[in-house]
Amino acid sequence: MRLIFRWLRENLFSTWYNTLLTVLVIWFLWVAFSGLFQWAVRDAVWSGGAAACQQARQLAQAEGRSWGACWTVIPENLKLFLAGTYPAGELWRIWVCVYISAAMLGLSAGVWRGLVRDVVVALGAAALVLLVLPFSWTERLWMFGIVLALVVPLGLRWVARSRIPRVRWILGGGWLALPILVVWLIGGGGPLPKVESTQWGGLMLTVLLAVIGIVASFPLGVLLALGRQSTLPIVRWFSILYIEIVRGVPLITVIFMASLMLPLFLPGHLRIDQALRAMIAFTLFTAAYIAENVRGGLQSISRGQIEAAQALGLSHWLTTLFIVLPQALRAVIPANVGQFISLFKDTSLVFVAALLDLFNIGRSILANPQWLGTDREVLLFVAFVYWVFTYAMAHLSRRLETILGVGER
Amino acid sequence: MRKKILAVSLVILLVLPLLSSSQGQPATTLGKVQARGKLICGVNNAVPGFGFVDPQGNYSGFDIDYCKALATAIFNDPNKVEYRPVTAASRFPALQSGEIDVLIRNTTWTIDRDVGLPFNFAPTTFYDGQGFMVRKTSRINTLKDLNGATICVLQGTTTEQNLADMARRLGITIKPLVFSDVNARDKAYDEGRCDAMTADASGLAAARIKLSKPDDHKILPELISKEPLGPVVRHGDDQWFDIVKWTVFCTMEAEELEVSSKNVAQLKTSQDPRIRRLLGLEGDFGKKLGLDNAWCANVIEKVGNYGEIYDRNVKPLGLERIADGKPSPNALWNDGGLIYAPPFR
Amino acid sequence: MSTVFARIPLWRDVRVLRIGAQVLFVLFIVLIANWFYTNLQINLERTGIRFGFDFLWTTAGFGISEGLPFEPTDSYGYAFWVGIVNTLRVIGLGILLATLLGLIAGIARLSSNWLVRQIASVYIETIRNTPLVVQLFFWYTAIFLKLPRVDESIVLPGPIYLSQRGLALPKPYATETFSLWGYGLLVSLLVALAVYVGRRIYLERAQRPGFAGLWAFGVFVLGAFVGWLVLPGAPIAWEMPTLGRFNLEGGWQLSPEFAALLAGLVVYTGAFIAEIVRGGILAVPKGQTEAARALGLRPLQVLRLVVIPQALRVIVPPLTSQYLNLAKNSSLAVAIGYPDLFNVANTIINQSGRAIEMVLLIMISYLTMSLLTSAFMNWYNRRVRLIER
Repeated sequence: MRLIFRWLRENLFSTWYNTLLTVLVIWFLWVAFSGLFQWAVRDAVWSGGAAACQQARQLAQAEGRSWGACWTVIPENLKLFLAGTYPAGELWRIWVCVYISAAMLGLSAGVWRGLVRDVVVALGAAALVLLVLPFSWTERLWMFGIVLALVVPLGLRWVARSRIPRVRWILGGGWLALPILVVWLIGGGGPLPKVESTQWGGLMLTVLLAVIGIVASFPLGVLLALGRQSTLPIVRWFSILYIEIVRGVPLITVIFMASLMLPLFLPGHLRIDQALRAMIAFTLFTAAYIAENVRGGLQSISRGQIEAAQALGLSHWLTTLFIVLPQALRAVIPANVGQFISLFKDTSLVFVAALLDLFNIGRSILANPQWLGTDREVLLFVAFVYWVFTYAMAHLSRRLETILGVGER
Repeated sequence: MRKKILAVSLVILLVLPLLSSSQGQPATTLGKVQARGKLICGVNNAVPGFGFVDPQGNYSGFDIDYCKALATAIFNDPNKVEYRPVTAASRFPALQSGEIDVLIRNTTWTIDRDVGLPFNFAPTTFYDGQGFMVRKTSRINTLKDLNGATICVLQGTTTEQNLADMARRLGITIKPLVFSDVNARDKAYDEGRCDAMTADASGLAAARIKLSKPDDHKILPELISKEPLGPVVRHGDDQWFDIVKWTVFCTMEAEELEVSSKNVAQLKTSQDPRIRRLLGLEGDFGKKLGLDNAWCANVIEKVGNYGEIYDRNVKPLGLERIADGKPSPNALWNDGGLIYAPPFR
Repeated sequence: MSTVFARIPLWRDVRVLRIGAQVLFVLFIVLIANWFYTNLQINLERTGIRFGFDFLWTTAGFGISEGLPFEPTDSYGYAFWVGIVNTLRVIGLGILLATLLGLIAGIARLSSNWLVRQIASVYIETIRNTPLVVQLFFWYTAIFLKLPRVDESIVLPGPIYLSQRGLALPKPYATETFSLWGYGLLVSLLVALAVYVGRRIYLERAQRPGFAGLWAFGVFVLGAFVGWLVLPGAPIAWEMPTLGRFNLEGGWQLSPEFAALLAGLVVYTGAFIAEIVRGGILAVPKGQTEAARALGLRPLQVLRLVVIPQALRVIVPPLTSQYLNLAKNSSLAVAIGYPDLFNVANTIINQSGRAIEMVLLIMISYLTMSLLTSAFMNWYNRRVRLIER
C-alpha cells in the first residue's frame, strides 16, 4: 500500500504543476470516455442479430434518449470482414494458406530462434485468445489448427536438430516461393477451380495487396536505388526522375490512374483485372520509397569497404553484389518494415478501384438495410484491426532495430 | 548491366508479337456469355437497397436482382453471375471495353450518355429524383425558403450541378457542403451543420432512417431533377439489347398480370392467352431472342415480378410505391405510376 | 615503348561500354514507351474517348462552400484554382503547426516527468498506427460537429462566435488612412533592420549570445503603434460577423471542415515528427550537453545553442518527407467535405467525365507543390548540414 502511494507521489504529484497536469488529464479522460463507455458498453447490444438492434434503437428513439452500439454487426458479418465475397465452399483454401504460412514461421523459429520465436509465441497466444471468443465450434477448430501449425514444425525441428542439411537455404527459398503459392491457392488454376479476383476481399485482400506490393516492389526499388547511384548519367537521371515524380504525387491518384488508364496502354485483348491493377499501382508507388530507403543504406557503407573490395580485385558488380548490397539491405530492414506498415494502412485507398478490401467491404455492409446506422461500430472495428496489425509490426520493427544494432555505432 | 539490358530487350522484342496475337471469340454478346457460362454484371457494392453484400458474402439488392433476372433468362440459373463492382468513374470505360456485359448500377439515363457515349439504355427500372430533407422546426416548406441555407451534398455525377441549377433558377444563394462519404454527410446534417440535405429520393429515405430522430425531419415534396435508373448496354449488339430490355419488361408485365414467383407454377395451366404468351406457352418469343421459350417464366419463378423485387429491396428503406393513396412514379401504370411494359404479343 | 600495352579491344573499353550501355537503356525505354503509345492510340480510337483540356473553360455549374469567391457560372479551370488555393491554405498552416506540435511531443517524450512521457508516447503510438481517414472522421464528427448549434453560439468578446458552423472573427479592412500608415510601417521596418544589424555587430564584438531579432521586432511594433496614434483616423476598421437567417454572415470565418482537416493533419503528422525529433535529439552525444553545461550555459541555452543546431542535421531530411506526406495526405479532405483541390477535381470529373485529364492535373499540382517543398527543404538542409572535412 505504501509502495503504491510512493509511486503515485513520485510520478504523478511530485510538484504542483505535475499535480495540476494529472488532475487535468483525469478530467479530460473522464469527459472523453464516459460518453464512449455509455455507448460502447452500457447501452450496447451484443447479441440477437439486426432485429435486436432495431428494437433497441426504436425504444430509445421513442423515449428520446441516445442508443448504444450494435456490436452484433461484427460477428454476423465476420466472414465478410475476413474474406469478402470469396465463395464459402472454397474458404478452406484461405485456411490452408494461413496454415502453410504458420508452419513456415514455426519452422523458421526452430532454425533462427530469437525474434522469430517471440513472434511465433505471440501469434500462438493470439490464436488461443481467439479460441475463447464466442465463435462456433468449427471455427474454433480451424483456429486451433493455427496453433498446431505453429508449434508442430517448431517441435519437429527441435527433435531433428540440424539433421537436415542446408535447412536455412531451403527455408529461404520456401519464403520466396510462398507468395506465388498463396496466390495460386487463392486464385485457383489447374486442378483448383478458379476464383476471380473480383471475389477476393476483406482482410485477406488487404494483406495480399500489402504483401505482394512490398515483395514485388523490392527488386524494382533496389534497381532504382542502384540506378540513382550509377555513374551513367542517363540511368541516373531516369532513376531520379522516376523516384521524385512518384514520391511527389498522392497514392490515391496513382491507384486511380492504374485502375482507369492501364487498360488503355495495353492491347485490347490483354486484359488485367482490378486487383492486379491495384497491385501494379502499389508496386510502382512503393518502389520509389524503397529506393530512397535503400539509397540511405548504400550511403551508410563506408568507402573503406569498397576500397578494400577493389584492392582484393573484385569487379564493380561483384563489389556491389557481395559487399555493398548485403550490408546496405541489412541496414534498411527497419525502414522497409516501416514502409510495409504504411503500405498496409494505404491499402484502404483501393476503394477508388472498387476493390472490396477490409475498409470497402465495411461500406458494403453499411449499405445493407438491416445494418443501417452501424457506421461507428463498423469503422471502429476496421480501425481496430488495422491498429492491431500495424502496432504489432511497429513493435517488431523496433525489436529488429535493436537486434540489428542500427543507430548504435 | 549491359548484358541484362540486352537480354531484357531481346525478350521484350520476342514477346511483343506474341502479346498482340488475338484469339477467335464468338461475335455476339450472348454467344460470349454462353461460352463463358456466366454473366458479368457491373454493379455498385454500397448503395442501400440497391447493391450491397449480405453476411454470407452474396450480393443483394434491387440492381442485383436485375442481374439475376438476366442470368435466369439466359441460363435458367440466377447464380450464374459474376458481380464486378465499378465506381462512378470506372463504369463507362468498363462497359466500353467489354469488361462487363451489362451495367446495372444506378445509372441515370440522360441524352448526353445515350447520344454522346456508345451506349443504349434499357427501360427504366426505378424512377428517382433529387429532393431535400429538412428539419420540421426549420420552417422551410418550399425550395425558395432555402435562401442562404447550408446544404449537405454527396459527391455525385449530377447532384451538385442540379443544386446549383436550382439556385440559379430561383435566384437564391445557397452554400453547398460537398462530401465524398455518405456517413460524413449524414452525420453533418444530423448534428445541425447543414440546414438541409439533398440527394436522390431513395438516398434521402435511407439517410432518414439513420438519423437520431427520424420523425423530426421531413422530405420536401418538390423534386429538382428526374433520375430514371436502369440497365445499360453497349452499342452494336441489338440482340443483346433486346434481351436486357425484355427481361425488364417481363418482370413488369408479370406484375400487371398478377403472375408472381408463388403462383407461376400453377398458372402454367392458365387459359389466359396473355399469361400463356408471357410464360412462353404460346408464341416463340424466347427463340426469337436466342433464348429458351420459358425464359420469362424462369425469371418470374426464380427472381420474381417487379412488385416482388421492389418490395424485397426498396420497401425496407421506407419508400412506398403508393404512399397515402398517392402513387409514386414507381407504381404500376394502372395505379397511376410509370411502370409500364409494352404488350407481350 | 609505346606498344607495350596492346590496344584495348572495343568490347572491353570502358568508355565505349558506358556509352553502349546508355544507348541500350534509352533504346529499351523508347521501345516500351512506343509500345504503350501505339496501344493508347489504338484504344483511344476504338473506344472513342476524347482527350484535351478545352473543357476547363466551360461553365462549372456547381458551387464551392469556401475559399476564393466563386459563382456557379465560373469555369471549371477557375474552380480547380479555388481548390488549389484551399489546399495551399491547409498545407501552409499544417506544416507550421505540425512542426510545433512534433517538437513539443518529441521533447515531451524525453521528459523526466513520468506522466508527460507517458502521454506523449500513448499519443504517438495510437496516432501513428491508425489510418488517417478514420482519424479525420473522428475530429470532424466527434469534436467539431459537437460544438453548439449556430443559434446558440458561444460569443467571446470581440465579438468572436464559435459554433458548429465554424469560428467567426471580426475581419479587418483598410480605411482611407491605411496608405499613410503603410508608409509609416515601411519607415519603421527600415529602422528595425538597422537596429538588427547594429545589434548583431555589437553581440559579435561582445562575444555573447542574445536576441538581436527581438530588439528589431520591438522597434517595429513601436513604430507601428505610434503611427496608429498619430493618424487622424484608424487605418484599419473591423467588419463584424452577424447572425443571418441560417448562418453567421460577414467577418472572417473558419469552417469546421477546415478546422477538422487541419487538426487531423497536424496531430497525425505531429506524431511522426515527434519521433524524428526524439531521434534527432538522442543522436546528439551526451558529452556535448555536458560540455555546454560545464561552460555555464543555462538549460534553455543548451537546447537552443548546442542541442538543436546539431539535432537539426539529423532531423531535416526525414522532416522533409513528413512535410511532403502532409501535403499529399491533405487530399483526404474529400471525406469530410473541405473543398480542396482533390474534392473540387472529383466533382469536375463526375460532371464532365474527363477523368484522365483531371487526374493528370491533380498529379501535376501535387507534384509541383511537393517539388517546391523539397527544393526549399534541400536548400535549408544545405545550410544546417555539417561541413565534413
